Amino acid sequence: MNTVPSSTFFSAPPEWGWLIALYFFFGGLAGGSYFLASLIDLFGRSQDRPLSHLGYYIAFPCIAISGLLLTVDLGRPERFWHMLIESNTYRPLFKPWSPMSIGSWALMIFGIFALVSFLGALADAERIPWPAWRKVHPPSLLGRFIAVIGGVFGFYVAGYTGVLLTVTNRPIWSDTPLLGLLFIVSAASTSAALMILLAEKSRWTMPGLLDLHRMDAWVIALELIVLIAVMVSLGPVLRAWLNAWGLLLLFGVIGLGMVLPLALYWRSEKRGEQNMTTTAALVLIGGLILRLVIVFSAQGV
Amino acid sequence: MAEPMGFYTDTTVCIGCKACEVACKEWNQLPSTNGGVNTLSGDSYDNTRRLDGTHWRHVKFIEQFTESRVDGRWLLMSDVCKHCVHAACLEVCPTGAITRTEFDTVVIQSDACNGCRDCIAACPFGVIDINPVSGTAQKCTLCYDRLQAGMEPACSKACPTQSIQFGTIKDLHGRAEKRVEQLHQGGEKRAYLYGADEKMLGGLNSFYLLVDKPEVYGLPPDPKMPTRNLASGSWFSVLGAVLIGLIGIFNFRDRGARAEGEEERR
Repeated sequence: MNTVPSSTFFSAPPEWGWLIALYFFFGGLAGGSYFLASLIDLFGRSQDRPLSHLGYYIAFPCIAISGLLLTVDLGRPERFWHMLIESNTYRPLFKPWSPMSIGSWALMIFGIFALVSFLGALADAERIPWPAWRKVHPPSLLGRFIAVIGGVFGFYVAGYTGVLLTVTNRPIWSDTPLLGLLFIVSAASTSAALMILLAEKSRWTMPGLLDLHRMDAWVIALELIVLIAVMVSLGPVLRAWLNAWGLLLLFGVIGLGMVLPLALYWRSEKRGEQNMTTTAALVLIGGLILRLVIVFSAQGV
Repeated sequence: MAEPMGFYTDTTVCIGCKACEVACKEWNQLPSTNGGVNTLSGDSYDNTRRLDGTHWRHVKFIEQFTESRVDGRWLLMSDVCKHCVHAACLEVCPTGAITRTEFDTVVIQSDACNGCRDCIAACPFGVIDINPVSGTAQKCTLCYDRLQAGMEPACSKACPTQSIQFGTIKDLHGRAEKRVEQLHQGGEKRAYLYGADEKMLGGLNSFYLLVDKPEVYGLPPDPKMPTRNLASGSWFSVLGAVLIGLIGIFNFRDRGARAEGEEERR
């Protein structure tokens, strides 16, 4: 106890476990998929439209699951609304310096955007007979506006969770300012992977799918750099990962979830044929393990 | 506002009787056993082990003995919430359940807390935990109810050696400085005050007289506010969003346009 590397080692674990790790994963998927969908809508080709619909189909269920996970995790779930409304005055409560406070608001606002775009995508794909809802979907001006604002909130939901961990006094979490960055990049890579997986399963062949696959390779390379930067920024605290969690990070996240997908990508790029399913599945699993390692490795110290 | 009140704990006169722990539990009606099971630590006279939702006072037993156990000493310290002037828990609490009182103490309102546990991760001293009975985060209130009635907190009232002293912060600082001087003159040169000055989180309204390094007592040598990382963490996240956006635009727009151009040429 006399030679701890940081004053953060004297704090107590908040017992954020599986529910929170899964929330970080699903919240990232929700925000990332929404962002990718709006990106495809704004910059992609018209034949990529089903791919953007897919992004919105993923975003809303994932954010709904996220809200559920967070509520169930509370010590008093029936008081979930205390995050937004002061319980004794019934006035809105907003603390811009507390990531959990702004995050709760962002989650609610993004949830509304995700629902609207979800219905817009369904209407655009003519899966529901509500043609009026097409107006909330690009290329209409309103649709573009919604896609841009919703995409920004999506990024916020994907990234604030990392900042939330950083704004504590727990070892690892609060010993690096890079977790928000890591979570945002990971949200993009896992979301692209999930979209590719589902599109491949439906045997889609639009050109945007290859773009998404190529983009994912770029993002994974960036994610690898960011994760190494996280380790460097931890400095002496890095030794808190000299255990099973560190091994899982090394082999599960870096090996299985980053290096192997990148290697598979480059090999198939050379051969001119893409096995996107395997690569995407690996990225998705790596992203989940990353959240588990980040959440659980700071519990025991 | 009343004058800032707090605790000054002189660890050199603590005898480890745990009267403070008992008085705290009695007054605050905290369960004395863990669901009827009294767990013993087995390796120390300290069976409380740590502050948590049902232990708002904890007498730490730090045993410093040589290998042969010929020479040694006990360091005893009654640990409690530090009622920081710049309180990390209060800063992050998203429900507004954690408030500062007119006595400059920090109190969690159990009826507003929803058990999100952000304060547990934020407290640099590991003071707060969930009380399984209420499902909310709880800790020492510095007996807010007694203070409002003009009484002193239960623990300091019960302390038989005046190790825990209660009073106005100004008065306690004076008493503590005199005691350090007295100890220095008596030959105990290691005595110093932990958290008495404003450098540590604006000052701890529950501060300590110690005779060894803070780490030895399980106290952080350099406690910080959680928001120290807010600006840098946020800007790095914005950078991430911008990078992802650029990668996305590059991959969809540039290549998309090129592919369409190729198709046209064909």
